[in-house]
Amino acid sequence: MSVMESGPVSDAMVITWRNLKRIPRIPELAIFAILQSIMFVLLFAFVFGGAIPLPDGGNYKEFLMPGIFVQTIAFASATTAIGMADDMGKGLIDRFRSLPMARSAVLTGRTFADVIYQAGILVVLMLAGLAVGWRVNNGAEKFLLAVLLLLGFAYVMAWIGVWIGLAVPNTETAQQLTFVTIFPLTFISNVFVPPESLPSFLQPIAEWNPVSTLTASCRELFGNPNPNIGDGFPSQYPIAVTIGWAILLVAIFAPLAVRKYRNTSR
Amino acid sequence: MTNAIVAEDLVKVYKSRRGSKEVRALDGVSLTVPEGTVLGLLGPNGAGKTTTVRILTTLLRPDGGHATVSGFDVVKQSKDVRRIMGLSGQYAAVDENLTGWENLYMFGRLYELPKAETKKRVGELLEQFNLSDAGDRTIKTYSGGMRRRLDLAGALIGDPHVLFLDEPTTGLDPRSRLAMWDVIRGLVKSGTTLLLTTQYLEEADELADRIAVVDTGKIIAEGTADELKAQIGGERVEIIISDASRMDDVYRLLSTVSTGEVQIDKRTRKVISPTKGGASRVLEAAKILDDENVEIEDIALRRPSLDDVFLNLTGHKAEEIAVEEDENV
Repeated sequence: MSVMESGPVSDAMVITWRNLKRIPRIPELAIFAILQSIMFVLLFAFVFGGAIPLPDGGNYKEFLMPGIFVQTIAFASATTAIGMADDMGKGLIDRFRSLPMARSAVLTGRTFADVIYQAGILVVLMLAGLAVGWRVNNGAEKFLLAVLLLLGFAYVMAWIGVWIGLAVPNTETAQQLTFVTIFPLTFISNVFVPPESLPSFLQPIAEWNPVSTLTASCRELFGNPNPNIGDGFPSQYPIAVTIGWAILLVAIFAPLAVRKYRNTSR
Repeated sequence: MTNAIVAEDLVKVYKSRRGSKEVRALDGVSLTVPEGTVLGLLGPNGAGKTTTVRILTTLLRPDGGHATVSGFDVVKQSKDVRRIMGLSGQYAAVDENLTGWENLYMFGRLYELPKAETKKRVGELLEQFNLSDAGDRTIKTYSGGMRRRLDLAGALIGDPHVLFLDEPTTGLDPRSRLAMWDVIRGLVKSGTTLLLTTQYLEEADELADRIAVVDTGKIIAEGTADELKAQIGGERVEIIISDASRMDDVYRLLSTVSTGEVQIDKRTRKVISPTKGGASRVLEAAKILDDENVEIEDIALRRPSLDDVFLNLTGHKAEEIAVEEDENV
């Protein structure tokens, strides 16, 4: 038996395979995720955008799209949480826990699959962005770095989603809980408006918000308009702060999720 | 014969949601299942059947006592236990959005079977469980009975030494239930050790070698179906006569041949005469009454059913409590 035929890596791959297989069987999930993002694009690009002047007169649609990518990925934690809560409710988690598989695999397999899924959604959104006038101005290398940051963030959000999904009693709660936490996170940020337009008491929050630092990183790397909040550290070094956030959040939520999983119905 | 499953004094305590009151879901459950035999764990909802199975299958940690499956401790050697046992629960735990084939393939790979062997095994199991034609359809399109069969196939893919079936036919229509019984009988014939929980007395009687009756977290009786039936007394001849005015004569006549007190019910014209010796006692009773010109409407030899046993042991009928305590602990 080769190394890849069994063991934690093989188990995680089987679970990843299983989660990816499900996606085309429930197409409405992906379709609504994409539609929701496109609705935000249309709403802000064509309805509110005209009323939101950028400080240096930049193109609002180019400013908007990186924020939309980040927002979509932030909301992806809801997909993970709902999927996890669904598996719990349907008894699948019990089934997995009764098998001689690596216990980590259910969680790692889920988070891998969700990152791959988000990568697919990102491709569709980027095409939509190009259609409304978004452009990549800084070359392929920086573009790839931005994509890597986005997918890294997707991985972080998947772990938060796993933890929420295991902690709540059912899929409805999973959906609502992620919505009420992620929604303010994406609005008290630089996603839709230049941060200087926010009231001063919200500015520090918006400045340190990982959604903001990731959005600013992407704008910088894509060469899109990127108005800074101020001279604060996160505004100066958005990429470094984003990576720091990612490490910190995984370090918090992955162990929490693993512990929750291990103690499930004990 | 070695014991495949041994449980000693299992205790599981839950804190009630409303206050600090404790619920003892299991209050000292001990049982043994010799290799190659079937134990039926019989009891109403909330009696502790599922909790017992969850502890034995390593899903739940006991608060007291210990248990082994094929010699492996369910707490300290849980991974070894998971490797040699199969579990099929009362909620068919298969992925609705995968096909039957994909579900079994996934479970097989997670049982650490190599890819080629898994594929072979999946094909065999789909065939064996009459699901070959449905193998490429997602579970969403399956009927309840098909789901259960696939769930059971999932439990068998690792060729387990010991199989746990938690209420395998709950919620199935009568035809699917009979089909499931056939499947389970086939497994038993091939020598699998099986622990089966059920709230249906008939099911335990049909499938199990030995039956343990569980009520409120305790095992209140154990034995073969026949032993349990014998516990509440043996056979009896039940007679219904046409003319209620002859009741007293019948009582006098049958008392001479009964092994116990003869019971009469004038309203239903029914006479129950405890007896030993089987069908010849029916003939004997019929002859005695015929000689005295007592007209018999109906006469039969009755052995106690497991329903009688349950009523006798717990003071309530199995079905009654099943309705009252619908909540599973």
